[in-house]
Amino acid sequence: MNGAHDLGGKHSLGQIEPEAETEEPIFHAEWERRVFALTLATGMLGRWNIDESRFAREQQHPVDYLNNSYYENWLAGLQRLVQEKRLLDDSTIDPSRIPDAATARKLLASGGPTELPEEAPAKFSAGDQVRVRKIQHRGHTRAPAYVQGARGVIVDHYGAHVFADDNAKGNRHGEHLYSVAFSGADLFGADAEAKEVRVDLWEPYLEHLAP
Amino acid sequence: MSHDHTEPPSDLTLRIKALETLLVEKGLVKPEALDAIIETYEHKVGPQNGAHVVAKAWTDPEFKKALINDATGAVAALGYTGRQGEHLRVVENTADTHNLVVCTLCSCYPWTVLGLPPVWYKSAPYRARAVSEPRSVLAEFGTVLNPEVDIRVWDSTSEMRYLVLPMQPEGTEGWSEEQLRSLVSRNAMIGVERARSPDEVAP
Repeated sequence: MNGAHDLGGKHSLGQIEPEAETEEPIFHAEWERRVFALTLATGMLGRWNIDESRFAREQQHPVDYLNNSYYENWLAGLQRLVQEKRLLDDSTIDPSRIPDAATARKLLASGGPTELPEEAPAKFSAGDQVRVRKIQHRGHTRAPAYVQGARGVIVDHYGAHVFADDNAKGNRHGEHLYSVAFSGADLFGADAEAKEVRVDLWEPYLEHLAP
Repeated sequence: MSHDHTEPPSDLTLRIKALETLLVEKGLVKPEALDAIIETYEHKVGPQNGAHVVAKAWTDPEFKKALINDATGAVAALGYTGRQGEHLRVVENTADTHNLVVCTLCSCYPWTVLGLPPVWYKSAPYRARAVSEPRSVLAEFGTVLNPEVDIRVWDSTSEMRYLVLPMQPEGTEGWSEEQLRSLVSRNAMIGVERARSPDEVAP
């Protein structure tokens, strides 16, 4: 879906106004700490994955998404997931598997790699000319609107990684992932300021372009 | 944002408190786990990790080679592993090309080496403009690039995480890795600034 989260190239959003690096706190209020920690802790229960979390935030009304601060969007996403997954009524979670401090630290330090064994040969290789398909489904996708329909060149093949669009529906499987180079001018016109924009795109997003 | 202690709690505070109370009462979340998560990202994992990686790359050519070839492995060898750093790639600035990292769709960021992202990185204007007008974005950070230097922007749309290897500042030849770390700002490793010059850091 091309909701308000799909921001690449959008105009009229103003200046960036960064806080000075040496002065910016990690969190700006106690409630932000709570939202952050609860989001990670509930994620450790395994009832949803990271793409479902992202999709939960993206499904807000665009006006809300843009008006909210970052952690307000996280809170909205968390509330949606808790409700949709009926987490508070879930009696199937084994109490001995609820992370304590040591387990939480261990999970953070180990992370969750997304590379999977390759089940089919890669369709593309470095140097191939490709076009990004128009992705019009209303689910989660990681093909930004600003590259859909654009032509690019395969630069790297990263192996097979969990495919975000399907993972957001609870279907975890791998698709080949590529680093694709786009000319800034192709994406944003002759006055584009980037010589090149590199985007990570999964194989189902791409089609061969005749040389 | 400081609030007077007599001010009633905000709606947000109440909403998250209610949810936390329910989750803890149902036994789905342990308060000690919440504390551990907050402590990890407030006090342990941060841009000092990335500064270590960069300073080592500046002083150790073998490490730099390994870092460019397999950043995940090279960074893990220094002890930095975990969430939002499972798949890392380091991109090197040169005299001809300047790299800049963004996540236009959300806030993907290499936590293991930089910690949690700053507010501006997650903001709509940065996410919108980094891909289309990176030179103007850099200028807002006080970074004015020679027009002949090309900009390559990396949009973090998968679980691959990107770290910029800034150019080593002039006049720091012979500095120790320890000394060099102080020159490596977080912003330089995102690509919105250059590494600090020797006269910017206290002697």
